[in-house]
Amino acid sequence: MTPAASNHRENGSLIELRAVAKVYGAGRAAMHALCGIDLSIDQGEFVAVMGPSGSGKSTCMNILGCLDTPTSGAYLFQGVDVGKLSRDQRAMLRRHYLGFVFQGYNLLNRTSALENIELPLIYRGTPTTERRAMALEALQAVGLTGWESHTPSELSGGQQQRVAIARAIVTNPKVLLADEPTGNLDSARSREIMDLLTAFNRDRGITVVMVTHESDMAEYARRQVHFKDGLIDHGNSKEESL
Amino acid sequence: MVWETVLLAQREIRRNVLRSSLTILGIVIGVAAVITMVTLGGGATAQVTADISSLGTNLLQVHTGQGGRGPGGTRAPAEMFTVEDAEAIAREISGLEAVAPNSSQRIQAIYGNENWSTTVMGSTNGFVLVRDWALESGREFTDAELRAGKAVCILGSTVRKELFGDQDPTGASIRLQKISCQVIGVFQSKGQSSFGSDQDDFVLIPLRAFQRRIAGNTDVSTIYISAKDSGGLQGIKLNIERLLRERRHITNGKEDDFHLHDMREIMNTLTGTTRVLTALLGAVAAVSLLVGGIGIMNIMLVSVTERTREIGIRLAIGALEQEVLLQFLIEAVVLSCFGGLIGIVLGLIAAAAGAHALQVPFVFNPGIVVIAFVFSAAVGVVFGYFPARKAARLDPIEALRHE
Repeated sequence: MTPAASNHRENGSLIELRAVAKVYGAGRAAMHALCGIDLSIDQGEFVAVMGPSGSGKSTCMNILGCLDTPTSGAYLFQGVDVGKLSRDQRAMLRRHYLGFVFQGYNLLNRTSALENIELPLIYRGTPTTERRAMALEALQAVGLTGWESHTPSELSGGQQQRVAIARAIVTNPKVLLADEPTGNLDSARSREIMDLLTAFNRDRGITVVMVTHESDMAEYARRQVHFKDGLIDHGNSKEESL
Repeated sequence: MVWETVLLAQREIRRNVLRSSLTILGIVIGVAAVITMVTLGGGATAQVTADISSLGTNLLQVHTGQGGRGPGGTRAPAEMFTVEDAEAIAREISGLEAVAPNSSQRIQAIYGNENWSTTVMGSTNGFVLVRDWALESGREFTDAELRAGKAVCILGSTVRKELFGDQDPTGASIRLQKISCQVIGVFQSKGQSSFGSDQDDFVLIPLRAFQRRIAGNTDVSTIYISAKDSGGLQGIKLNIERLLRERRHITNGKEDDFHLHDMREIMNTLTGTTRVLTALLGAVAAVSLLVGGIGIMNIMLVSVTERTREIGIRLAIGALEQEVLLQFLIEAVVLSCFGGLIGIVLGLIAAAAGAHALQVPFVFNPGIVVIAFVFSAAVGVVFGYFPARKAARLDPIEALRHE
């Protein structure tokens, strides 16, 4: 535990999972995706979440992303118990504090790169001219200036993922949740993406939580959390000292 | 936000031009049908009103029997009028311009090799005055001809055309049943009446000639009366009614066995009929609007399924349920309003063409245009709501996983 981290701990972590469990179904058919995990993530951290498929890491990400709520236990985001929020309140939380990057990019088809990046700003009610400027700036930050009018089908996989990252960071979120962001890319493109994520984590202080299968990619993170059978495998998890 | 959504909706619609046009086809047809029917109906009503007004609103008709259904209504058989009744009215009621007793029968008119089935009417010169007929050629009856019931006749222009072609019929003799009748004049053409009958298809002979030689009785079935001006019409009607009750020995408390009506009454009956017909046709057309709405719902449901992933992305990014709902609802409303607008334009064009073909005036009715538009928008809201709610209620996790 670094001194800096414990300072944060005293002020309350940005993200705190307390004995979070998630059960799908009921009775004998019940499937325990998460069996009570405790996890704290501080502002500015870069955490890699690893583990075999079915280990509960995707469920954990859905809960961290406020897309899902725990069956038991508590998820505190900036001290707020997300499990007690309504669907719309969680949507507002996502709108203002979270950014998402997916393995399959998930850009809107037949919609230009710029419009894709503007999308979260539209829901925030940002005025048009300001929105355009912010989107262009985000596009520049991911190195795609000049590609604003291209639609996803006209972009390569790496470029699409960079547009997706631009969409995620255009609102300047507290947390960026990336679900296997390099899963569909070759190693050169993967490194570009990881460099971007590292840069946003370092320069803008955006907390990054990233699911990945590849240990190469996990090396970019300062902390690794391993999941196994719905629990955190503390033996495998490691934290780099700063 | 709403404006953004409208822009988004119209972009979505343009992306799928063919599908969007097929979707709104139902609404287009529905709105066009309603507009056409109601506009044509309004034109027909206006036509009927104009036709009857041209006959003069100061015209009264007295029929025997109880009735009041206007032409074509059924009447219980009752004692006929006589010439004396008409004379009594002319003598005792003030403020009248002319009184014309009238009886008629359908008869075959023959001239040379031509024959034509027509209505033979027996009346006096009063008929010419009351119904405002002008002579094209020849003359009216003389008093002597009327008194003696001479076999002379004035032809309606249809009869003249059918029997004589382009020839001048004056002085020729036509045969009506067993009597030979000399033609002394021809009426000017009035054309078709608004009820579709040919007003020029008749032969006028002196009433006495009709009674003696054709009907074989002294009956008068209808008395036409025209007042000097339409102002005192109600008073005149009451006076005539009192006089006729007296002459027909109807005791107090018993109902009239004759019926008196003025043109305004007939006009109301007829325009009422046209209005009911218009409403009925409009209602049938409105059903197709409803079917159009179901078409919109169908396509919106398909669209929601197709765009599940997009909805998932929007929800994950932080769209509220109501924002997604609004997006799809507005898309449906934009579609249906667009359909409504096209329908209004097509409907007005069709109505103008139809009015031309049916020879009724084109009466633009802004009310029905507004109603049709509002209704089509409402169809969009009602039938767009269910698919939109389906979209808004999607689970973002499931939606994102959707292929």
